[in-house]
Amino acid sequence: MSIEIKDVSKNFGTTQALSRVNLTFDNNKIYGLLGRNGAGKTTLLNIITNRIFADEGEVIVDGIPSKENDQALQKIYMMSEKNYYPTNMKIKEIFAWTKNFYQDFDMDYAKKLADLFDLNINKNVKSLSTGYTSIFKVIIALSVNTPYVLLDEPVLGLDANHRDIFYKLLIEKYSNFPCTIVISTHLIEEVSTVIEDVIIIRNGTIIKNQSREELLSQGYTISGKASSVDSFIVDKNVIGTETIGGLKSAFILGSINKETIPTDLEVTKLDLQKLFVQLTNA
Amino acid sequence: MQMNFNEERPIYIQISEGIEDAILSGAFQEESQIPSITELSVNYRINPATALKGINILVDEGNIYKKRGVGMFVAEGAVERLTFKRREKFYGNYIRNLVDEAKRLEITKDEIKTMIERGFEDEHRD
Repeated sequence: MSIEIKDVSKNFGTTQALSRVNLTFDNNKIYGLLGRNGAGKTTLLNIITNRIFADEGEVIVDGIPSKENDQALQKIYMMSEKNYYPTNMKIKEIFAWTKNFYQDFDMDYAKKLADLFDLNINKNVKSLSTGYTSIFKVIIALSVNTPYVLLDEPVLGLDANHRDIFYKLLIEKYSNFPCTIVISTHLIEEVSTVIEDVIIIRNGTIIKNQSREELLSQGYTISGKASSVDSFIVDKNVIGTETIGGLKSAFILGSINKETIPTDLEVTKLDLQKLFVQLTNA
Repeated sequence: MQMNFNEERPIYIQISEGIEDAILSGAFQEESQIPSITELSVNYRINPATALKGINILVDEGNIYKKRGVGMFVAEGAVERLTFKRREKFYGNYIRNLVDEAKRLEITKDEIKTMIERGFEDEHRD
């Protein structure tokens, strides 16, 4: 059980959106697909769900190519950042319509979540705020019960309380009914604790693909007086630095030897947000 | 059990220490049930695999045991074992840092001793 992306490339005119992407989304894991705006996240998700076609390569869902294959596509639900639903449709009609296509859609659960988020399901899509447009799509994603759920910028426009509810519901759902979840986002800090594996995409190319714990243990941050930091990092693999006044922090890849660290320097763990920023800086 | 994760150390370690703290403070008594992996994950917004990894440290050290289909419980003798483990680490975790900081601030040994006395006498601390 997996989604395999094999050598997928995609160009829009002269712009290369994806370049030979190879990835596997394994059974029952939560993935973070992280990239800056325009990195190719949505293009990749759109190719997986057959909304657009790859120029080269293919997507295999549970052993079957997904291209023009309804059986494969019924296993995947994608929550898009853009709204593809008819804007004069009522939310409850969209729920019913979803049930038609995805038979395991849990209508009672969706209604329960609508209550929890204070969403009136008799409203039509166009009357919803940005936040509530995300919320109704999130509710569908949490109720649809497909083996694969792709979430493209799921918390767009949600306030802090609603984001908190969403992440908790997502983890609860995942614990009770394990499935493969891919969260595509540029809001790294929030998803950092939720995801198990990290995929970082930059200019259409996958630059990191490993477990979050493993990725973060591959480096460290060293900070202190700028001159001391500078002399410490000469022979290190530095992926970036930050300077404020006379203080400097350097982000270093490589294993750490505590014995060799001068006492005036402080060592901390890398955090995902910082690592991401350094790895994806132009 | 209140936890504010920091980025200094892996989250699964922080989860296991948070549960250790709760056992040591008596919030989770020996032979009583502790929250499930799902409850921990949802509550702290962490991946269930991370919570499981944290719990497994306590299971491996014999301080938590699982009853199939029922849940997880604090083992008998956990408080004593954890107290011993924490005492072993006390010098490295607290004294070493205290002395380093004192040296930076040029606080003398005698001044520290006075402060420690004060710390023990101050009954209003919680």
